[in-house]
Amino acid sequence: MATRIPLSRSIAAHTVLIAYTLISLFPVFVILINSFKSRKAIFSDPLAIPTPETFDLIGYATVLKQGDFFQYFLNSMIVTCSSLFFILLFGAMAAFALSEYRFKANTLTGLYLALGIMIPIRLGTVAILQLMVAGGLVNTRTALVLVYTAQGLPLAVFILAEFMKQVSDDLKNAGRIDGLSEYRIFFTLVLPLIRPAMATVAVFSLIPIWNDLWFPLILAPAEEVKTITLGSQIFIGQFVTNWNAVLSALSLAIIPVLVLYLIFSRQLIRGITAGAVK
Amino acid sequence: MGSLTLTNVTKSFGTTEVITGVDLHVNDGEFCVFVGPSGCGKSTLLRMIAGLEDCTGGEIAIDGKRVNEVAPAKRELAMVFQSYALYPHLTVRDNMGLALKQAGFAKPDITKATDRAAGMLSLEPLLDRRPAELSGGQRQRVAIGRAIVRTPKLFLFDEPLSNLDAALRVATRIEIARLHRELAATMIYVTHDQIEAMTLADRIVVLRAGKVEQVGAPMELYNDPANTFVAGFIGSPQMNFLKAGALGMRSDTMGLRPEHLTISREAGQMAGKVSHVEKLGGETLVYVHVEGQGLLTVRLFGEHSFTVDETVYLTPDAPRAFHFDANGLRLR
Repeated sequence: MATRIPLSRSIAAHTVLIAYTLISLFPVFVILINSFKSRKAIFSDPLAIPTPETFDLIGYATVLKQGDFFQYFLNSMIVTCSSLFFILLFGAMAAFALSEYRFKANTLTGLYLALGIMIPIRLGTVAILQLMVAGGLVNTRTALVLVYTAQGLPLAVFILAEFMKQVSDDLKNAGRIDGLSEYRIFFTLVLPLIRPAMATVAVFSLIPIWNDLWFPLILAPAEEVKTITLGSQIFIGQFVTNWNAVLSALSLAIIPVLVLYLIFSRQLIRGITAGAVK
Repeated sequence: MGSLTLTNVTKSFGTTEVITGVDLHVNDGEFCVFVGPSGCGKSTLLRMIAGLEDCTGGEIAIDGKRVNEVAPAKRELAMVFQSYALYPHLTVRDNMGLALKQAGFAKPDITKATDRAAGMLSLEPLLDRRPAELSGGQRQRVAIGRAIVRTPKLFLFDEPLSNLDAALRVATRIEIARLHRELAATMIYVTHDQIEAMTLADRIVVLRAGKVEQVGAPMELYNDPANTFVAGFIGSPQMNFLKAGALGMRSDTMGLRPEHLTISREAGQMAGKVSHVEKLGGETLVYVHVEGQGLLTVRLFGEHSFTVDETVYLTPDAPRAFHFDANGLRLR
């Protein structure tokens, strides 16, 4: 076949990719191995793999004893999942309207919605805080969900609108002639076809929300609504840092993101739409 | 049940006019084909009839009732698309039954209608499959079946055969013609392929740049074209257009079908050089370059041998020629 890649190029490409993977995974690897070591072992040789002598679960014990840790997890999960749900729902709806309907100022509206990609939402922190205080939403998960939804929407609208334009007009028109409502066309015909794009948007939006420290610290620092990133900070003190606990907390925090990522990336790969239209 | 009347229908996108005043009446049970080169507005016109595009002006009436403001689903029509447009998440049976389900029919009625349509197109073994598991030809048959189930007033076909390979195209074409006879339904069919138009239509509407050039039965258009555009578009291979002045005639252009030119090695009205020969078995097409006239096509029946660059003489069958004025309009 003419598209065969020569072996040398394939090796070169794989070398680069493997090197990149190793570099990216190295910090995670260091966190993981050190989370299983005693405090002394962490400092004496940070890069050593835990041995029977240095193996210690004290960090995990501290984290789990800290009582509220499960609550922090739950808070992070609730905030992340709700934000993702709203980002995908509203993003897809806006994208559908922009790509499907001809109306005045269509392009302008699209640009306006995409503007948020260029302006970091943190610039508006003070105003957001004032807004939340006025709305009585400080120290609620709702405040975080609202902010994260706003933060994720611009990119979602931008990416999804591009993908929606590629969905066959014939399919939507067939639905219209068969008497499907615009909502049914959107939910049952268009959404399944852009599932890979939705998964992409979900993954891109997921990571910054899960990792965010800024907004939980400002908008929801109360004990019962703390997220996991904020919760881990209690082990980092001004003078003494409980590294065992910090590393264990971080290791635990990786798991849910990993699970969510695996769910979405399977969607990325799945090609259920093949054969709908030629 | 199902006649269609278009009265001065226009359509523009912004300042570009794509349909410039179309008047047309399609009788009940008629097979009407819109034909024209790409970009002539034929698909747009079909979409307007379906209600998928709004009219900028004019009136569309089905069975004498104005439907401009009626939603597509309420116009009681069915459409078959070039890309099949089957619902990927539904089985063939559900694909075919969806419109009736949406209209609130009872389950047994839907099953009956689906089975009847499936029977007409021999789709029974495929009913429980999904579109992804079907071949291109099967998908288009399902799409046609989906249209039949609704027993619509109007069938709309938007280039339904363009995605099929040559053999399937002929088979599906015959199937559509058979369905038209069996259902006696009004069908409107859009194509850029004049062979489909000639073989299927009761009446052909030739469109160019959003305007109707001529309407008539296939043989009317073939034997009596109104202008050079229709004359050139209908008939394959294309009609030859000769500069009539050079042949000592009063008209501007003389149109001559390839079978109405006689070719001879000894003598004739025009001398030329053979530039290409196509042997099709049943017929032979000889392309002859004539000084001052360009490339002319000669159609001979049976097998003939000509060599490239050979000098030949062509003689037009003058009584069968069409004459056109400088604007391309027919002189009678």
